[in-house]
Parts: sequence; C-alpha cells; structure tokens
Amino acid sequence: MKRLLNKFKELYKYRVLIRTLVVRELKARYRGTVLGFVWSFINPLLLLTVYTMVFGFILRPRDPSFNDSPWVYALFLFCGILPWQVWFAASSQESANILIAQGNLIKKMLFPTEILPIVSVTSNFVHFLFGLPILLAFVPLMGKPYTPYLLFLPIVILVQYIFTLGFCFLISSLTVHFRDIKDILTNLLTFWFFSTPIIYPMTFPAVQQHSVLKTFLNLNPMTHIMWGYQNCIFYGEMIRWKRLGVTFLLSLILFFVGYYIFDRLRDSFPEEV
Amino acid sequence: MPAIEVENVSRIYRKYLEQHRFKTFKSAILKGDLFKSLKSDEKVVALNNINFKVAKGTTFGVIGENGSGKSTLLKVVAGISKPTTGSVSVHGKVSALIELGAGFHPEITGRENIYINGVMLGLSKEEIDKKFDDIVKFAELEDFIDAPVKTYSSGMYMRLGFSIAINVNPDVLLVDEVLSVGDASFVPRCLERIEEFRRRKKTILFVSHDLTTVEKICDRVAWLKNGEMKALGYPKRVIDQYIQDVKSKKETDFEQKQKEEDVLGDLEPERRENRWGNREIEIKKVRLMDLQGKEKHVYSPSDGMVIEMDFYAENHKKDFVFGVGIFNSQGVCCYATNTVLEGYKSRSVIGRGKVTCQIKTLNLTNGTYYLDVAAHRQDGLPYDYHRNLYSFMISSDYMDSGVYRPQHSWNFSPDVKMTKKS
Repeated sequence: MKRLLNKFKELYKYRVLIRTLVVRELKARYRGTVLGFVWSFINPLLLLTVYTMVFGFILRPRDPSFNDSPWVYALFLFCGILPWQVWFAASSQESANILIAQGNLIKKMLFPTEILPIVSVTSNFVHFLFGLPILLAFVPLMGKPYTPYLLFLPIVILVQYIFTLGFCFLISSLTVHFRDIKDILTNLLTFWFFSTPIIYPMTFPAVQQHSVLKTFLNLNPMTHIMWGYQNCIFYGEMIRWKRLGVTFLLSLILFFVGYYIFDRLRDSFPEEV
Repeated sequence: MPAIEVENVSRIYRKYLEQHRFKTFKSAILKGDLFKSLKSDEKVVALNNINFKVAKGTTFGVIGENGSGKSTLLKVVAGISKPTTGSVSVHGKVSALIELGAGFHPEITGRENIYINGVMLGLSKEEIDKKFDDIVKFAELEDFIDAPVKTYSSGMYMRLGFSIAINVNPDVLLVDEVLSVGDASFVPRCLERIEEFRRRKKTILFVSHDLTTVEKICDRVAWLKNGEMKALGYPKRVIDQYIQDVKSKKETDFEQKQKEEDVLGDLEPERRENRWGNREIEIKKVRLMDLQGKEKHVYSPSDGMVIEMDFYAENHKKDFVFGVGIFNSQGVCCYATNTVLEGYKSRSVIGRGKVTCQIKTLNLTNGTYYLDVAAHRQDGLPYDYHRNLYSFMISSDYMDSGVYRPQHSWNFSPDVKMTKKS
C-alpha cells in the first residue's frame, strides 16, 4: 500500500508531462483535418442523430418522462451516450492498444508507464468536456428546465473518472500479455453498453417487472454512473447517494486493483511490447 | 562518490514461444495463476554479474560485438529496464540517448515536439523556453521548426533528437551508438558537444562500435562478451584485447568453415572438378602455417606463411614439378610460381615426401585468398592438381585497396604538417 502511495506521489511530479501529452494527443488527433477541433463537437452530434433517428423516431419508446416526444427522448439518450461513447468506451479501446502502440517510448525513454493510460483517459475526458456544453444547450431546447441538481454533475464525473482509470489500467497492462483482450473488449463494450440504462431508462416497466434483469442492471457499476448523469441533467432529481456511494467505493477498489496489477506487470512491458 | 555504481547486475530475459503463450492464456483463465504462469522456462542471459563504478566526471566506454549486452546494460543503467538481480545506482540527473527522437509525434510540429520531448527528459517549460533557440540552432532546423515532424528527413529527425537530449544538460549522459546515422558534418559537432561535456566534468557512459572514438574520448573501457565483462581498464589495453578476440573468432569461424568443406569434400562433384591428374604423385595433405609452424588461416599483411604439401609417389619419378598459386576472391592470380621457374631441376622421388614453400611476408590486402597447389610433369601433364581447394584470409586495420601491399612508408618535408593516429 505504501509503495502504491509513493508511486502516486511520484506520478504527481509528472503532472506537467501528463498535461503536455494530453495536449499533444488533442492537437495531433485533428491535425490535418479541415474542421479541426470542431470535430469534437460534430462527432457526438452525429452519434446522437443516428440514435435519435433509430430509437426515437422508429422504435419510439413510451415512457411518461419522455412526454411521448422523440426530442425529449433524444435528450435522455444524449445524457448517457456522451459519457459512455465519447469518454468511457473511447478510453478503454485506446488503452487496450496504448502500451503496444507507444512501445517505442516504453523501450527507449524513462518515465512512469502508467502515464500512458492516464493520458488516454484524460484526453478523452477533455473530448467529453467539449461535448458537455452541447448537451447542456439541448436541455432548454427540448423543453426541460435547468435544475440546481446540475451542481452534482462533478461528483458523477469524478466517480466515472476513477472507474475508467481503474478499468484502463487493467485493460492496458493485461493486453500486453494477452493480445486477445483487444478483440474481447470490442464485444464486451457492445454488450456492456446495452446492459446499461442508456437507450432505455431504469423506470421502464419491462425492467422494473423483471427482477433478475433488474438485479443484473443494478450490479453493473456503470448503471449508477449513467443514472447519475440522467438525474442531474434529464430528470432534475437528487442523485441516488447510496447507489453512487457504493459505486464510488467500487471504483476506488477497481482503481487500486487495476493499478496494482499494472504495477506488478510494469517491468515486463519493455520486453513484451 | 561514483556517479554510476553497478553491482552484481544480471539481466535474464525469458524466451517466449508462441505455443507457450497460448497455454499461458488458457491456464491464466482456468487456474488464475496469472503472475506465476507468465514465467517461462527458457532463459536468455543478457547480462551476467556485471560490476563496475564510473567515477564522477569521467567517460566510460562500453565495447563489444552485437548482442553482447551493451544496450541492455545501458537500459539498466538508465532505469528503463530493471536488473533481474543486483543493483544499479546513479547519482544526478540522467539523460539517455538510446534512440534519438523516440518520443516524437509525427503529426505535430518540431516546435511542439521540442517541448514534449524536453518535458519527457525532465526539463520544465521555462528551461525549454530558455534553451529553445540553442536547440534549434544546433539542429540547424531554423527554417523547418514549424513544420510537422513527419515531413523531416531522417537526418533532420536525428539532429533534432540529439540536440534536445544534449541540451537537457544532465549530470550523467548515456550514449548508445546514436552517432552512426549522422552525416560527416554533424557527427564531429556531436562529438565536440560530448567533448565539452567532458571538459565540464560530467559523467558519460558511451556505448559504441567506433573503437577510434572510444579510445579517443574514454577514460576507462569495459568490454562485454555474451553478457559477461571480459575486461575493464585503460582504453588501449581493452580495445587491443577486444580486437585480438575478434581476430581469433574469425580464425575459428574460418577453420570451422574449412572443416565443413572437408567433410563435404568427397561428395561434392564441384570439388572433384577442382582436382585432377593421374595421381602418380598424389598430394595427400596441404597445410597453411605461420613461420613458427602453427596452423593458421587468418593472417595480417605483415605475417609470413608456410605452405606445406605432403605427397606420396607410388613409383620412382624423375620428371616432376611442384607449384603454388595464390588467387583472390575475384579469381585474379596474385602470384604463382613453381620449382622449375625458380631454377630447380628434378632428379628423383619415391614414397612419402614433403615440400614446403615459405613466404616471408604476405604483403596482400584484406580479403579471402584461394590457393592452387600442383605436382605435374615439366611438359604440363598433371599428376595431381588442386585448384582453389585451400583458402586463407588477410585481415588488418588498413583500409587500403588493390591486390598487393608493398612494404612502404611515408615521408614529408618539414613544411607538411601531419599527425598520425596511434
């Protein structure tokens, strides 16, 4: 434990490097494109359009909170899709590859390797932050009011940050030894996406009446994180403290376990990537 | 206090086989012994119990053949790779020139890369601001600094990498064979910088194949062979030992090759074609030796050589000539002679006998040479003719060319200023 804490302290010294690398990542991603940073806004918008077309207009889910309007439903969708696709899924997929892709750095330069997944999670977090104003701009457009509960948003974000980091430590270090994880992950993420109340709300009768399904969804930590976003932005309700609290603890555990495994495997990276 | 201390350091790499990996994956999932099963049985010892200290302000060279563990040693000292056993301690800020521009991102500009690389090497933003102009100037990239690095030539890439690393101003500089890619004008400037480092009493660990540079700039030199330290001490002595070893290795390789050829000898039709004659006088064996009579296949130009032929004549013979010829690898006859040409007249021979031809100094240039030996009648009818069946090698530090190296020396009138490298 003490060893881990010392590592964190050392990591703090490298914050300038983390910041520089995040900036590099952001700059490099859209370098050479005509629209540049605008893509950070366009990407989630396009994603939202597709989901709204298919689920909002074609499937038309009925729920009292949607007022039977596909546009209100679109807002609900956006609350989940933005943090999931732009941040969580993108970070995970990037992390699975990052140690191998940056093998040259690991082999030739001296710096704490965990910086790489941290940079990946953080740069995608920044993309998420770019999308957040669009999401918030949609709230009044869809006829929903801003509520004071928006102030709890940072807490939800923090929980997701820790959860994503822990998950990415795990994924990135294990992929070095088992490249299969990259392919498993792609499928896992799809499955996980549909096992999380993102395109459907927890209040759906089909969910509430099916106790096994309900328990299953409740055991998924991402459920509570996504619910947190929906509470703050869409429902304008208090976040579920207990559920989010447990998720927070779980995220911390995942974070330490992920970091521990990363740390244990660290010395094998230079020769394996 | 020494700047670098390496104590009992060993580095063992595990060899993974593809099949083993699959087993590991399965067992990792089934048994859950993730960490344990990652250990494979096959090991490669890259470094074996290495000990040395580098005093502050000195330059320490590491030489050795490819795969002898030089780069592994450097990585262990740099802290990139951990020693399996033993300990390494380095006092002061370290900068490692292991691969120049390793951290460059191709899509962003040289300017941005300087900042990122600088931060990675441990500089603060302010320090980079201060050194920025020096870095660009030294790399000679004033006109291209705002272009993406992917548009750089490999030379520009390397210059920028070197320039950043050298401007980090470390206490301990680790250099790994990075200068080999530079052009004729850049390498001397790099060496000048390294020289300046030495003057400022910084510590340098220098890994190189360029023995001349190592001898020039290093205070102490270690020679690694197959992960073991073979010698440690003054540059000249260690380098000489190393060169000696490389030569003797060449010798064994050569002998090995010859042996293999001997084994194949009777089977190969091509080789049979290289020997003809009625065998009335049969050359049984040919040996190449130095003047002391020791069998040898690699010579230096100033060495002498003895060609010895064992022959057997079944019947009494009155008319016979012995000859030798030396050919280079292009098939050019460097020298050929026989007993008649040199004025010997044959009288008689029967049974076993021995003929030797002694060459005082070979005076040949570097390369592989083939030998013809023959016994024949004066009118040319061959008894036993061996064409290019034997070979030897000339190996020296001289880079001169041609087929013949006459013994020579240079003299200059007093107004010509020259110095000779030792």
